[in-house]
Amino acid sequence: MADVVATHETIVVVGGGISGMTAAVEAAETGKNVILLERAPSLGGRVNQLYKYFPKLCHPTCGMEINLRRLRGNKRIRVLTQAEVLKVEGRAGDYKISVTLHPRYVNDHCTACGACGEAVATEIPNPFDYGMSRMKAAYLPSLMAYPQRYVIDPSILGTPDAEKAREACKYGAVDLDMKPETITLTAGAVVWATGWRPYDAAKIQPYGYDRFDNVITSVEFERLSDPRGPTGGRIVRPSDGKEAKNVAFIQCAGSRDRNHLKHCSRICCMASLKQTTYMRERFGDEAQSTIYYIDIRAIDRFEDFYQKVQADSTVRFVKSKVANITEDEATGDVILHGVDTEGYHRYDNRHDLCVLAVGMEPSADAKAIAGVAVDASGFIELGPTDGGIFGAGCAANALDVNRSVQSATASVLRAVQVVNRVAKAEG
Amino acid sequence: MGDINTAMAEQYRNNFLKEVEANVEEGQWVKMCMQCGVCSGSCPLGPAWEHPPQEIFMMIRAGRREEVLKSESMWMCTSCYNCIVRCPRELPITHIMHGLANYAHRLGLAPKMNPTRRFAKMFWNNLTKSGRVNEIELSVGLYFMDGFKTGIARAWAMKDIGLGMLKTRRLNPFGFVSHKGCKDKKGIHRMLKKAREIEDRRKGFAA
Ligand SMILES: Cc1cc2nc3c(=O)[nH]c(=O)nc-3n(C[C@H](O)[C@H](O)[C@H](O)COP(=O)(O)OP(=O)(O)OC[C@H]3O[C@@H](n4cnc5c(N)ncnc54)[C@H](O)[C@@H]3O)c2cc1C
Ligand code: SF4
Ligand code: SF4
Ligand code: SF4
Ligand code: SF4
Repeated sequence: MADVVATHETIVVVGGGISGMTAAVEAAETGKNVILLERAPSLGGRVNQLYKYFPKLCHPTCGMEINLRRLRGNKRIRVLTQAEVLKVEGRAGDYKISVTLHPRYVNDHCTACGACGEAVATEIPNPFDYGMSRMKAAYLPSLMAYPQRYVIDPSILGTPDAEKAREACKYGAVDLDMKPETITLTAGAVVWATGWRPYDAAKIQPYGYDRFDNVITSVEFERLSDPRGPTGGRIVRPSDGKEAKNVAFIQCAGSRDRNHLKHCSRICCMASLKQTTYMRERFGDEAQSTIYYIDIRAIDRFEDFYQKVQADSTVRFVKSKVANITEDEATGDVILHGVDTEGYHRYDNRHDLCVLAVGMEPSADAKAIAGVAVDASGFIELGPTDGGIFGAGCAANALDVNRSVQSATASVLRAVQVVNRVAKAEG
Repeated sequence: MGDINTAMAEQYRNNFLKEVEANVEEGQWVKMCMQCGVCSGSCPLGPAWEHPPQEIFMMIRAGRREEVLKSESMWMCTSCYNCIVRCPRELPITHIMHGLANYAHRLGLAPKMNPTRRFAKMFWNNLTKSGRVNEIELSVGLYFMDGFKTGIARAWAMKDIGLGMLKTRRLNPFGFVSHKGCKDKKGIHRMLKKAREIEDRRKGFAA
């Protein structure tokens, strides 16, 4: 990787989700040289795994497409995938970033023809569908993957399957001898956009995510609803494949809770409101969505969206945080128990499926890796220690896409100022 | 006692929440409740409560003083701690329930015939007399709390457990005649008296 040129005037962007891609494109469009590092084999981050996104209910592919076009067309951006940042040291104007490049076992001759995938027999859980589907061990990470190159999963190395993949490739693109490599990059400023991960729902013991098949998370529900997802967009129960027309959504699953995440994850009220529209789209008047909530936080302009969902006769709101869930073993139905706040009525409500609106937590430990200041939940703060490292998107806060992008732009402005100072000093 | 009740009500006029914060154990937590309902839904005895904890907290904030203090609800708490482990705001709900019960009792508003209150009193008197619980006296007292006939029925129903306790020497059958109290009974009484004085002073019960 000797061809990666980085100087004190380079801006390194860590994380290639919507925030990191935005940051990279905007920094490059101001004339700076940018290196974009993404740990996964493809850019895009978690937005790609949504079916649609609020408030306009457009498909994420559309926004991705625009960003990719800007990115591909810009010669100042260097993208490294399967690049995991291990350590950032130094100070504003002079950072040393050590990065491990994990092997893809496929080089840039790949045309994504798919022959290797067909040749390989081994199947592995598909992380793009949160493990709800399986895929071949030679795979394209997603339809929208960038770069459009296959990946060979390391689990088949040394097996006949790996040889089959190599033999199937007409372009000589499969290279089983690739090795992990650790490189050190220089940078003047860093935009930290490593994003979020869903809170581990199994930790919310009373909800039985780890015990009951028909308790799933909101991110899994996005995949279920997506026509390109594991069920081809059929909203069905994991236990028996039956259509799930009566769905419960539990808000603040793991958020606003001193036993779990202390913060409000901010997007999950809107995510559940949005997901009731998937229900209506699929089942029409037969859909039954019930949202169990403490209070609905549809911030500023999203109030309109909330009102529209409230007007939908298939959506019911119950003001109560569910106390616990049990399973009716005979039918697989889930039964939600609690007391509502409007009248203190005790309920035991039966549903086909329960969706936990799980909270967001930072996906990377930015404090340990880069020594930046973080808040009590681990989100990056603007503090005295981060002279030239700036958090963007969900690495800095629980944000929706719109606000993530705004935050990325703000961070780029700060990073550009740091790099300009360096340029001036270097003459 | 009636006088203390009036005095307290007047002192905190129209602000029952302040009164609770000042006088009830852990009462300062009541305002932290966000009315999510998890405690009420998690309480194993919840269905038997007139007002589950979440509702009690709201009633306190709404100033429904008499209704809260005269309620049987908080006397139902068995200290299972289910609510505390689940409360997203970490309110010490169990302690507040006991604190409210105790406060109502001291104001003379607690329901007279509430069995938990009567048992608690019996237990306290039994314990403080000698510094050590006299099991046989306490059990007999408890069984016969509502008269001779129910007492016999209760004792009969519990006889196997009683015999088991005798066998494993968890119950001294001669407790009525040979109960061993603590060595320094007077010391204990002095200590309890002092503790009561301190508490009364702190909570404004002092004469
Ligand atoms: C159920 C649900 C539904 C949602 N629906 C909507 C919606 O409809 N509309 C909306 O606006 N928002 C929605 N959101 C929020 C949206 O997902 C986020 O705003 C968005 O993903 C933030 O993008 P990001 O780039 O900051 O983070 P991410 O998408 O998490 O991207 C971060 C990237 O960084 C990479 N990375 C992580 N660690 C490292 C490392 N050490 N080194 C290198 N790279 C690393 C990751 O692989 C990833 O690609 C939803 C969220 C949830 C949970
Ligand atoms: S590695 Fe070869 S066979 Fe596999 S998709 Fe790429 S070009 Fe096709
Ligand atoms: S956005 Fe809604 S569901 Fe998410 S943590 Fe905040 S209040 Fe709870
Ligand atoms: S669980 Fe805690 S916050 Fe929720 S209603 Fe009960 S006391 Fe209030
Ligand atoms: S500790 Fe008391 S109030 Fe709390 S759940 Fe148990 S019985 Fe109910």
